[in-house]
Amino acid sequence: MPPLARRNLFHDRVRLAVTLTGIAFSVVLMVVQWGLFQGFSTSTTSIIDHSGADIWIAAKDTAYLEQAVPFNERKYYQVLATPGVGSAVKYIVRWSMWKQPGGRAESVAIVGCDPDVAIGGPFNLVAGDKQQLKQPNAIIVDRIYTDKLDVHKLGDMVEINGYRAKVVGFTDGIRAFTTSPYVFTTFKRAQDYTVIDSDHLNFVLVKAAPGVDIKKLQADLKARLPDNEVFTTAEFSDMTRHYWMFTTGAGIAVLMAAALGLIVGIAVVAQTIYATTMDHIREYGTLKAMGAPNSYVLGVIMQQAAIAAVLGYIIGMTISVIVVHGASQSGANIILNVQTAVELFFLTVAMCATAAVVSVKKILSLDPAMVFRE
Amino acid sequence: MAFAIETRGVTKQYVEGEASTLALAGIDLTVSRGEVVLLMGPSGSGKTTLLSIMGCILRPTAGQVILEGHDVTAMSEKDLPAMRLKHIGFVFQGFNLFPTLSVGENVELSLSLKGVRGREAKKEAHRLLDLVGIEHKYKAFPADISGGQKQRVAIARAVAGSPVAILADEPTAALDSHTGKAVIGMMARLAHIENRAVVIVTHDGRLAEFADRIVWMEDGVLAKVPHTATDNLHLHPVEPSAETQLGI
Repeated sequence: MPPLARRNLFHDRVRLAVTLTGIAFSVVLMVVQWGLFQGFSTSTTSIIDHSGADIWIAAKDTAYLEQAVPFNERKYYQVLATPGVGSAVKYIVRWSMWKQPGGRAESVAIVGCDPDVAIGGPFNLVAGDKQQLKQPNAIIVDRIYTDKLDVHKLGDMVEINGYRAKVVGFTDGIRAFTTSPYVFTTFKRAQDYTVIDSDHLNFVLVKAAPGVDIKKLQADLKARLPDNEVFTTAEFSDMTRHYWMFTTGAGIAVLMAAALGLIVGIAVVAQTIYATTMDHIREYGTLKAMGAPNSYVLGVIMQQAAIAAVLGYIIGMTISVIVVHGASQSGANIILNVQTAVELFFLTVAMCATAAVVSVKKILSLDPAMVFRE
Repeated sequence: MAFAIETRGVTKQYVEGEASTLALAGIDLTVSRGEVVLLMGPSGSGKTTLLSIMGCILRPTAGQVILEGHDVTAMSEKDLPAMRLKHIGFVFQGFNLFPTLSVGENVELSLSLKGVRGREAKKEAHRLLDLVGIEHKYKAFPADISGGQKQRVAIARAVAGSPVAILADEPTAALDSHTGKAVIGMMARLAHIENRAVVIVTHDGRLAEFADRIVWMEDGVLAKVPHTATDNLHLHPVEPSAETQLGI
């Protein structure tokens, strides 16, 4: 079968370039916006997701990580006394004020943990060790924020809420969704940095004993602590993510931008495929007059859309990889993985197929008798 | 005798709002295989409408169209494309070649729609283009060949797949007289050699020498061929006579 679709598409190079530019632009827009959404989404819950805990216990009505208010540490001992609890740790996540060596203030989120327990500590360490948190005034920060916090090497000294702090380690890739970077320290020191009473805490992180059913343990803890919230890690992660992404509107904005990319793509492709169809309308009329079935004529248009989709996707994804790589070098967190790439491929094909519908409708209504009208 | 195409009392009325136009009024016409019929008449007389109906592109308001023994007027709308594809080849005034396909591919496309594909289609396309004397332009594109050559390609495309009838609408209108005569001569030869029914709508009386029969139309009905239209013609042959055909 002569390649009519391909020839029609490649015949007008300028129009083809416009079509592919439109699709590629749409792909890049969707990759960046969806990648940003995923990056934001991941960063809102990275502390929870990497905690290693099975269950999080917080004050009543806590809806997300940073909202937790202190409660008495008596609850911690009640947790320890609950059958099925393998280990538990007192934990703090709370905002505080960081003063740079030069005197400038920055908001930070203090994470108070127990360096001797496997749950809740810093992760992705690239310099130092979490045991070094036991040193006086020790803190660990992420190297993404070294410029923002104005600390560049181990041993740098700063001030947090009027207390001295010394950098003893750096993590890599622990991004904060807010503008306040996470600062890891010991639980006791975190109480000072965040002005929490010495007998209070933000969370109790629980690791279930081997073989214990998490849901049953959650139910037991709820029964024992009726004045607290008891979440599985997955539940708390979902709640926190939902709060930041949807309740604040931040995620909606990014999602809308991704949807905009899709709409722009459909509009551009629809316009160009329609224009290409109209350019060749007499040929489609001739085909219909010759007796070509609608399925063949529609196949030509769909083939054009499919070829444009594949080429536009390849160009767009190539540009996207470069953009994502460049963004990661500059600190932006845009996530592009194989699953997203595959999903976007099918979305691009669907976008082009949708765009071709207008042309298809035009062809279906085409009167083959037009060939006799000069 | 079974005719290639037969119209019985074909009427076509166009209605637009309260206005209606009678384009054809009870046309009875038969065309046999191997016969070349010129359909002539003044503009607006209904020639192209009749051609469209004979080609199953347009449906008559009343009457019957019998194509190779099949009553196409009784067929559903979705069956008509298949009838056109199998039994009719069209040649258009503006050639209507596919500009993005080569000369050979234009013919191959017509063949592939009829189920002839691959090497067989290429071989047949070469044969048909050779038949119309343009096989050497197989790989050329329509934009790179002359009007006469384009019309030859269109004829090769029309006869691809051995349709029973070739219907041509003003096939020489875009050609100079010499080229036009050559093209019609070729169509006439094809009709006789390959035993096809050929119906040509034309205003060009000089083409009459290639016709087996001239059918004259006026105001949607068949009429006697006027002397003014044939005086200067060297009709050869001009029978079976239009009068016999018209029953006048």
